[in-house]
Amino acid sequence: MLRRSLNRLLGGDERRVDNRTIYIGHQSFPVNEAFIPPKFCDNRIVSSKYTVWNFLPKNLFEQFRRIANFYFLIIFLVQVIVDTPTSPVTSGLPLFFVITVTAIKQGYEDWLRHKADREVNKSTVKVLENGEETSKESEKIKVGDIVEVTENDTFPCDLILLQSSRDDGTCFVTTASLDGESNHKTHYTVPDIERDLQSLSATIECEQPQPDLYKFNGRMHIYKNDQEPTVRSLGPENLLLKGATLKNTQKICGVAVYTGMETKMALNYQGKSQKRSVVEKSINAFLLVYLCILVSKALVCTTLKYVWQNKPGQDEPWYNEKTQKEKDTNLYLKMFTDFLSFMVLFNFIIPVSMYVTVEMQKFLGSFFITWDKDFFDPEIQEGALVNTSDLNEELGQVEYIFTDKTGTLTQNNMEFIECCIDGFQYKHRGACSELDGFCVTDGPVNKLQQKAGREREELFLRALCLCHTVQVKESTEQARSQGEDCIDQVDGLPVEDEALQPPQEERGFIASSPDEIALVKGAMRYGFTFLGLESKTMKILNRNKDVEMYELLHVLNFDPVRRRMSVIVRSRSGDTLLFCKGADSSIFPRVRQEEVERIRMHVERNATDGYRTLCVAYKHLSEEEYAQADEGLREARLALQDREEKLMAVYNQVETGMNLLGATAVEDRLQEEAAETMEALQGAGMKVWVLTGDKMETAKSTCYACGLFQKRTELLELTVRTLEDGGRKREDRLHELLSEYHKKAVQDAPPVKAGGSRGRFFGKQDYGFIIDGPSLSIVLSSSSESNSNLYKNLFLQICQNCTAVLCCRMAPLQKAQIVKMVKNCKGSPITLSIGDGANDVSMILEAHVGIGIKGKEGRQAVRNSDYAIPKLKHLKKLLLAHGHLYYVRIAHLVQYFFYKNLCFILPQFLYQFFCGYSQQPLYDAAYLTMYNICFTSMPILAYSLFEQHICIEFLLKNANLYSEVAKNAMLRWELFLYWTLLGVFHGLVFFFGVRFLFGNPALQDNGQVFGNWSYGTIVFTVLVFTVTLKLALDTRHWTWINHFVIWGSLAFYVFFSFFWGGIIWPFQKHQRLYFVFANMLSSVSAWLVIILLILLSLLPEILLVVLRKPRGPYARKKKMVQSSEGGLQSPRSPVRPLLMRTFSDESSTVI
Amino acid sequence: MMASSYNAKEEDGHHPGSSNHGGTGPSSSKKPDNTAFKQQRLPAWQPILTAGTVLPAFFIIGLIFIPIGIGLYVTSNNIKEFEIDYTGVEPDSPCYICAQNFSWNSTTPCICTVNFTLQQPFENNVYMYYGLSNFYQNHRRYVKSRDDKQLNGDLNNLEDPSSDCEPYRKIGGKAVAPCGAIANSLFNDTLDLSYVESNGTLNSIDLQRKGIAWWTDKHVKFKNPAGSNLSVAFQNTVMPVNWRNPVYNLDPSDPDNNGFINEDFIVWMRTAALPTFRKLYRIIPKKSGAASTLPSGSYRLKIAYNYPVLSFDGRKRMILSTISWMGGKNPFLGIAYITVGSICFFLGIVLLIINHKYGNRSSSADIPN
Repeated sequence: MLRRSLNRLLGGDERRVDNRTIYIGHQSFPVNEAFIPPKFCDNRIVSSKYTVWNFLPKNLFEQFRRIANFYFLIIFLVQVIVDTPTSPVTSGLPLFFVITVTAIKQGYEDWLRHKADREVNKSTVKVLENGEETSKESEKIKVGDIVEVTENDTFPCDLILLQSSRDDGTCFVTTASLDGESNHKTHYTVPDIERDLQSLSATIECEQPQPDLYKFNGRMHIYKNDQEPTVRSLGPENLLLKGATLKNTQKICGVAVYTGMETKMALNYQGKSQKRSVVEKSINAFLLVYLCILVSKALVCTTLKYVWQNKPGQDEPWYNEKTQKEKDTNLYLKMFTDFLSFMVLFNFIIPVSMYVTVEMQKFLGSFFITWDKDFFDPEIQEGALVNTSDLNEELGQVEYIFTDKTGTLTQNNMEFIECCIDGFQYKHRGACSELDGFCVTDGPVNKLQQKAGREREELFLRALCLCHTVQVKESTEQARSQGEDCIDQVDGLPVEDEALQPPQEERGFIASSPDEIALVKGAMRYGFTFLGLESKTMKILNRNKDVEMYELLHVLNFDPVRRRMSVIVRSRSGDTLLFCKGADSSIFPRVRQEEVERIRMHVERNATDGYRTLCVAYKHLSEEEYAQADEGLREARLALQDREEKLMAVYNQVETGMNLLGATAVEDRLQEEAAETMEALQGAGMKVWVLTGDKMETAKSTCYACGLFQKRTELLELTVRTLEDGGRKREDRLHELLSEYHKKAVQDAPPVKAGGSRGRFFGKQDYGFIIDGPSLSIVLSSSSESNSNLYKNLFLQICQNCTAVLCCRMAPLQKAQIVKMVKNCKGSPITLSIGDGANDVSMILEAHVGIGIKGKEGRQAVRNSDYAIPKLKHLKKLLLAHGHLYYVRIAHLVQYFFYKNLCFILPQFLYQFFCGYSQQPLYDAAYLTMYNICFTSMPILAYSLFEQHICIEFLLKNANLYSEVAKNAMLRWELFLYWTLLGVFHGLVFFFGVRFLFGNPALQDNGQVFGNWSYGTIVFTVLVFTVTLKLALDTRHWTWINHFVIWGSLAFYVFFSFFWGGIIWPFQKHQRLYFVFANMLSSVSAWLVIILLILLSLLPEILLVVLRKPRGPYARKKKMVQSSEGGLQSPRSPVRPLLMRTFSDESSTVI
Repeated sequence: MMASSYNAKEEDGHHPGSSNHGGTGPSSSKKPDNTAFKQQRLPAWQPILTAGTVLPAFFIIGLIFIPIGIGLYVTSNNIKEFEIDYTGVEPDSPCYICAQNFSWNSTTPCICTVNFTLQQPFENNVYMYYGLSNFYQNHRRYVKSRDDKQLNGDLNNLEDPSSDCEPYRKIGGKAVAPCGAIANSLFNDTLDLSYVESNGTLNSIDLQRKGIAWWTDKHVKFKNPAGSNLSVAFQNTVMPVNWRNPVYNLDPSDPDNNGFINEDFIVWMRTAALPTFRKLYRIIPKKSGAASTLPSGSYRLKIAYNYPVLSFDGRKRMILSTISWMGGKNPFLGIAYITVGSICFFLGIVLLIINHKYGNRSSSADIPN
């Protein structure tokens, strides 16, 4: 959708000239002189990436395209080629492990895809060939084949519906597997098609495949015995999509138009673009630093080596001669290989295992979101959904929240509240029941004349009953008869309570928009029941229990630009009527003005009360008018190109000069705990922007209800209304307003801020900013480039100083534009978009984190989101608890990983100064390999999965804790420097501590001496213990898993060392560590030095923890706990009703 | 040591291990399991480090470390150690001539004697070390240059040593046994110690050659090739270039101390960690009855000067040392312990002051969560 509209904006390449021509049933025609069988792809679906043959090379290639893997491959190759200090195994083994695990995982996934493909491709379908029904494998379907599909089967490819078993030439499908919308959609056969498909000779001309599910343009030419071919237009209502399921219809026949990978489903299959988290960017930056450290270490060592070797006698003393080969090697080549060797020796500073651990942490960590029972919604029986685990930590970094209104802040659960007919208000009250179900409650002005004329009233209700696209739910014939029974029952009952009756509830309505259902149900309450649409005839049951029939001539569909829809019907009496309903702004200019004023008052009051208002109008069409409209519509529908524009023009032309009937008000309830959630999010320092397509008044009142705007919030309004206020050119006025607001919100704000933090509570004025779509487009696309930038900047600055921003009347694309603008502004804040409908998809995709709500408007938002939650209220826990924890976990993980590898490698680097820069490793190869894989990996993984430095309940209670980790606080350069210095300090302590001990290597009580491997082992033991205990010090939440893993890996280290040194390994060339570890433990001095060094390393850490404490979160935590124990928790009722009725009068806008 | 609160939350009875996917079985509801593990509610110990809790720890550490440090320091100080450099760099040193006239080809060793005086008597077992300086036993090329299989008695490797031994692998087509640079550069000075009685007579001191190598090295890691007679077992090999005696004749006095299991050889094969190092040479066992193993007085060290170090600016030392439970003389540990202990103690005091000054509120660390 987004892409397409973008294309249109950019004057894109929509006008594809190439159409495809399909010969139905592969028949050739005398008319066409030459029948060229066109080449289309077959109906095989290939979603798998690999085959058995190309799996290995292709997968390896894919994997090594990752920069980290490639780096390790290079290191490995260097080790293989050059004579390096460590054997290739040390880096080859981990790399092999990583590659293998990934390959197995991807291979398995691909195998599953293969299986699924096979299932689809090999399923049998019935194809009509030469009048006979034959069974074919699905993959053999060709374009032009006539395919027969029976009830509850999915369509094997994209079909044009030719014939349906239903009498009215319709069929019902559900597209649940495509876009998640589970309602039944009606599709129509192409008109004027012979019953006998065998004798049908026709061609279809349609556009080349494109991924938009809801768009299809085509034309069918039907040839009948030498007559001029009839042309029928084809639209999306004729197209049955692969993947959709046939419902309520016994069987249909259709001709395949798009097959295999060209079906709309397959074209939509492409994965989303990858979003990267801030943490990942930080990792890359840190990686670069470490890479520099690595290279400089290697350079320093290489240089010093050659300086050192220049001294006589050092390079090649008599006891240590070079081999012939070494002597022959060119000096520069030798230098180069030395450099490479040092690189290899120090390469562990950038560990493979970090990537594995980070991936594992993300993957496993995301399970906690899916598992969280707080996210479970009993209504839809579903919990949260994690579409990508890459962004877990981003949830803890959100600064801007862009939320949709309908369905997100509100429930999208519409309830008909009142209507106004001819300026008289009709309000339905469940409690009071007058004779006809009306309860008129209006001001004293209307007391005398309580109601509008009965005729008008009925016309209005008829309009409500007719002007919609609602279907009556009928799953089976049986149900339908039951439904009829119900109606019979209803007949005998008072009308006004119908809606509450269970049988009535069962015969539900299905519509794409809940407003329509609410309206139809509302009309039902007043005695007009919509019975259904059968073969273009709409039946309604009127107040007198008579069934009225209307022939449905045209539906002028709703679209967000026009913001209205119409139907043209013909009544029994032959009158042609047009009923139109739509937003006030789009209806008022199209009706007679004298009617407007009376109704406008009601509409505006309803809107400020937070109701969704619609205006209803009608118009009598004379025969000529209708004929003209009919022709215009048909023509436009037949157009292959610019169909939408042409239709729009006709619509606009028809929908003029109407009579205003009245208005409706539908309440959209706030989501559960919407206000609390918003309050918490704002308390956490996030800025909430409401982006909605709804009108300003409604949206504003929702904002008040949600607490986004407070009583004292000063509203800055930038809307069409305020722009046109001065009567001058819009742009001048815009400039003026912007600078005025800027002065108010930005320039005047800082002094208050500087006055002290308490000003926040007393002095500082809260600002709310309101902008609407048209004004935004002026801001964004001003006439001159410099102005546009200026406006944009002013706009952004104002917005950044406002507590809440409301953007109303937004088109989907504008929502994305706003998100993009904020995303790219200074400081590149992290944005989050939350929405439930297809119109939110663009902003969900645009924001750093996209959240879908499993709402009522289908599943498109969910499918395109990164995370999906059932309700808005879940956002609070998702961000404040999960996001915060994930961020802290992964930030700590990253810092810790760099730290532990720095102090792992630093002693090895320092050792070079004592071994003649000969690249002698300090540690044994087994230790080098196992350090990151076994000895130190599990504790940090457990930490990064289970750590709760502050418990979840507390995080939820104190939203402001969230701002403590804002702006990537735990991965700032200062902290990185701190960890690096810590690593350096530890490395120095380890190395030099042992170095001084080895001033006299006679460390055993029998006078025997220790050698270099003992040296390394002591350093390594200190290292493993320190690094693990450092993590233990940081762990604030010790579950049994943490205990098990931390003490377990230390025990494992000891056990492994005994084991490794206890046996003469036959496969090893050198038995370096034979009994080194055991001998080390037999030396008291070694024990003492190990204990001393561990303690010395941890000492500053402990001290820092203690000293930091009074300012840390814990002190505050305690205070807050104490205060909350005092019962200061604001007593808020769990369900807040719409509150804005009290606010609406006080919400004075600036203008 | 740390204040803590054991935070067992409700529903912690579930065992997390058993609560994996779809544990609920047939009820296909997607409702997540309400287990402690999945809800991140595992009972957890939540230690909180505060000044109040760490304070005693600091004092305790201080109180433990300082005595240990003093003990170590005293122990180290009680160890008697005597060290003498006999390299022969200065013209007036006794080994100057030997050092200057060194030649690999000379058949008879150059002998020099060094006289020294022990001020204090050495009690108990006295350990005699040789020390080398600026000798890079930890150079990678050097460390690598050995064949542990050969040293373990593997017959294949005896006659076809690993390529790691290059360029000390084969001489004239015959395998070198033991091969490699380490073995080739075996320290081969002979040190003899005699006590010079007051009347001038030399009283030779018995130097024990056994017990200087790791037990596991001698008995497991190093093995002679199979064969009743060592000289037969080594018949297809040649000795390293710089050696004077073949490997099966390293210790003429003791037939069990020959071949690869010669302890001097094993000690040498354990490469030192740093370029300045010492290695155990001999043990002077405590004489039963005598007051001290080495009484104070003058001694004469007779050196068969075979090992050149001047070419790489190295030094050779002879060290006599007694040993305590902590090994040889090493003041570092004692000083380090005293220092760290004092720092802890000092920090403890500082923290105490801070704690006192800013009130006692942070010492009550048990915070319910």
